[in-house]
Amino acid sequence: MAKIVVVTSGKGGVGKTTTSAAFGTGLAQRGQKTVIIDFDVGLRNLDLIMGCERRVVYDFVNVINGEARLSQALIKDKQLDNLFILPASQTRDKDALTPEGVKKILDELQNEFDYIICDSPAGIERGAHLAMYYADSALIVTNPEVSSVRDSDRILGLLSSKTKRAEEGLPPPKEHLVITRYSPRRVENGEMISVETVQEILGIPLLGVIPESLAVLRASNSGVPVIMDNQSDAGLAYSDLVDRFLGQTVPHRFLDVVKKGSFLRRLFGGGKTTTREITLT
Amino acid sequence: MSTLLAFIKKRLNRPNTAQMAKERLQIIVAHERLNRGDRKDGGNLQELQQKLIDMVAEFLGVDKAQVNVELQRDKNRSVLELNVTMPDRV
Repeated sequence: MAKIVVVTSGKGGVGKTTTSAAFGTGLAQRGQKTVIIDFDVGLRNLDLIMGCERRVVYDFVNVINGEARLSQALIKDKQLDNLFILPASQTRDKDALTPEGVKKILDELQNEFDYIICDSPAGIERGAHLAMYYADSALIVTNPEVSSVRDSDRILGLLSSKTKRAEEGLPPPKEHLVITRYSPRRVENGEMISVETVQEILGIPLLGVIPESLAVLRASNSGVPVIMDNQSDAGLAYSDLVDRFLGQTVPHRFLDVVKKGSFLRRLFGGGKTTTREITLT
Repeated sequence: MSTLLAFIKKRLNRPNTAQMAKERLQIIVAHERLNRGDRKDGGNLQELQQKLIDMVAEFLGVDKAQVNVELQRDKNRSVLELNVTMPDRV
């Protein structure tokens, strides 16, 4: 049986799709057969981030409506044999996604895959609700910024009341905090809230911190998930995050301002990376 | 030179906005959790308000509209305020 993981946030533009793409790719790199589903009906973008936009023939809604088989709609990743993408539909009909339809597709995928990643749309409407409804665990993507933190807390409320697990009286989906676009320099200058503050307010375990990075835009420009860029801080931070999700203990990197060494050392990367342990709440 | 000094001064006097963000978030998130009542760590404020109003109104024999319950929060404390407008003759 596959584990279902929802990537959600409430607020838009915080990095849900970037995280879904990196996380799913990272799981596949580690031998887990993974499918990433785009739940953002009407505004699909996972295909672009994964670089498979020109191979989309059928989508999620086509399968729900019986216009295509699941196997016809799944797109195999261009590099990894055990990674698949199920694109969202571009239909304007928001009611195209139904609880029964989603259940049918997830049931079918569960026999085939180790992990099903649900890339949630922003907001708290139907798409977001269905993306989280069947989840076993959740990645809460949060920027260190007031509106994002508040929306994440709202999402935590929904996870513990509006999911199948919650309705059945089971513990809610396991919550994992993912902080993206983090800038240690701005935190040091007192103009960005710290990891510790976000964690203290939301009160859920920290899975990873992704630094603000030029690599993220480069990755989306080229349609290659940023985790593939193992020369970049964001790529490495996502790799650590996936290892942690799979149960390894990996210290957090990129939480502190890197004190610049000599030009040559910076050029050849001879300096030590600073790591830090974060106490989980 | 004076512009450089002004720049440094301005930089030094810049408020710690991260601290402001933290305090504002603590208050609004705690308030919203209490109102939602869907997290394990907060009760349901609306339910509490309604029950208090019902009980006090019945006990004092006043109209429910004359009972007002409000929760005020700041950094260090929470105040549950109960206001009852008593009828003229008692």
